[in-house]
Amino acid sequence: MSTAAPLVHARNLTKRFDAFTAVDAIDFDVQPAESFGFLGPNGAGKTSTMRMIACSSPLSDGELRVIGMDPRTEARQIKARLGVVPQIDNLDTELTVRENLEMYARYFDIPSDVARTRADELLEFVQLDERATDKVEPLSGGMKRRLTIARALINEPDLVILDEPTTGLDPQARHLLWDRLYRLKQRGATLIITTHYMDEAEQLCDRLVVMDKAHIVAEGSPRELIDRYSTREVLELRLADGVRAALNGKLDGLADRVEDLPDRVLLYTDDGERTLDELNRRAIPVEGTLVRRSSLEDVFLHLTGRSLVD
Amino acid sequence: MLASAAQVFIRNWLVYKRIWHRSIFFGFLQPFMFLSAMGIGMGTLLARNPNAFGGMSYLEFLGPGLLAASAMQVATFESTYPIMNKIMWGRNYEAMLSTPLGTRHILIGEMGWISFRLATIATVFMVVLWFMGVTASPLAVLAIPVAVLSGVGFSAGLFAFTTTQENDLGFSWIFRFVINPLFLFSGTFFPLSQLPSALVALAWLTPLFHAVELIRGLTLGRLDPVAAPIHLAYLLVFAAAGIWLADRGLKRRMEK
Ligand SMILES: Nc1ncnc2c1ncn2[C@@H]1O[C@H](COP(=O)(O)OP(=O)(O)OP(=O)(O)O)[C@@H](O)[C@H]1O
Ligand SMILES: [Mg+2]
Repeated sequence: MSTAAPLVHARNLTKRFDAFTAVDAIDFDVQPAESFGFLGPNGAGKTSTMRMIACSSPLSDGELRVIGMDPRTEARQIKARLGVVPQIDNLDTELTVRENLEMYARYFDIPSDVARTRADELLEFVQLDERATDKVEPLSGGMKRRLTIARALINEPDLVILDEPTTGLDPQARHLLWDRLYRLKQRGATLIITTHYMDEAEQLCDRLVVMDKAHIVAEGSPRELIDRYSTREVLELRLADGVRAALNGKLDGLADRVEDLPDRVLLYTDDGERTLDELNRRAIPVEGTLVRRSSLEDVFLHLTGRSLVD
Repeated sequence: MLASAAQVFIRNWLVYKRIWHRSIFFGFLQPFMFLSAMGIGMGTLLARNPNAFGGMSYLEFLGPGLLAASAMQVATFESTYPIMNKIMWGRNYEAMLSTPLGTRHILIGEMGWISFRLATIATVFMVVLWFMGVTASPLAVLAIPVAVLSGVGFSAGLFAFTTTQENDLGFSWIFRFVINPLFLFSGTFFPLSQLPSALVALAWLTPLFHAVELIRGLTLGRLDPVAAPIHLAYLLVFAAAGIWLADRGLKRRMEK
């Protein structure tokens, strides 16, 4: 994998809006056939980065190569080989489901018989074949998202950029989309995904970066990040308000690190059960406890000081 | 370049062929209502003063002027709300720009589309004028491309304006303070010689006046050999400037 030229190569990549810096000199490489994630709280600069890769937004500074080409001079050639799923749907609401795919294919200069065949396959792939002749507007959010993904695949792209593909969907719709993205990955597609969902990142991403305030603050596989930035286990406590205020220092020394969240307290430790015993010995009254393995959520919390979904 | 721009045209055609009946009122019925109410109704009254319109009947005077004014109205409307929708609300351009299309393809496609719309409207209009016996010269055919040219000028200019707007509040301002005064004071309904000379001079600076004069001259076979080239040159510059501004505006707006 490391021998092939990266599909996306960014050095010092910077995006400024007037005086405001949305992406501040970030470096990353995306390898062919890899699923690469961007995590980060609202406003971290994920979409700004995606838009630069998609040649929709000019870079302010730095170096960027996409599929070996320069977005500044070869945007048209690059875009011909990309599939883009934007954060906010931009389907053509005046056209039908099928027309959305076939019209989009025209923008890529795909012959209409080829476009028809691909539209059939893709509609089936995203389970919208029965809605082919319907208008787009009355479709549910999940269906629109699936159609947007189908549309992004109409040109058989080498690289698919998905900006929060499942935000706002119900669990069932998300699982269907994950399954479709997983299949794409199996077929060797390279994916770049931004998400606020840690389970999504763990499921889909081979490697990811965490962005915060325009910077990349960590990079690695989900497993590596958990090993590096979190303990093996986490003890979650729910405390009554009064107890919480009166804790002052009683948790000291119990865990490697304590995270005080609005709704619960997290104790980072390598052995959750032992920490729980110790907690009981100190006679701290808790309303509920949970011992679990560390997840990306904990990494995120540690790195950005913020919980992900707000 | 043109092949890509043609796709933008085709997209509009795909939508239009389903909803064309909605645009019949503004494109066709409204001008004909004006034409019959004022041209024939008022015309009868005005016929008592045969020299008021330089020897033309009021219908002859009004018909070609109304063609120019209708082209302006359709063109400006089409470049405000629908374009704003494609920029902001429906994000159509964002979608197109993540394909090999660039902003210039989009602009050429849209201008091609509005030209087509204007050409159909102007042609139907001309046929009606011919039926009413207004056309007096084979040159009348040339009034159709002139109507398209002036319409494209307005369309491009408004397109450029739209690219700078964050909401639709500016449009009603434009209609109220630019389009309506032009509609009323460009010599469509009455000869400008009725106005104070300062206003006449002002009219010479505005595009609809030149469109009205040129279209009227062509339709009635009364071209003024000195003024006609000036009208045409003005309209060419007007359209070119509009397209240049729209091209810049769209690029600025979309490539952030
Ligand atoms: N066109 C723009 N003009 C000015 N500022 C912008 C523009 N687009 C984005 N920004 C700013 O850049 C910063 C990063 O925005 P961006 O959309 O990249 O964040 P994000 O990580 O995608 O956030 P979210 O998770 O909310 O989608 C934000 O502060 C945003 O307000
Ligand atoms: Mg975003």
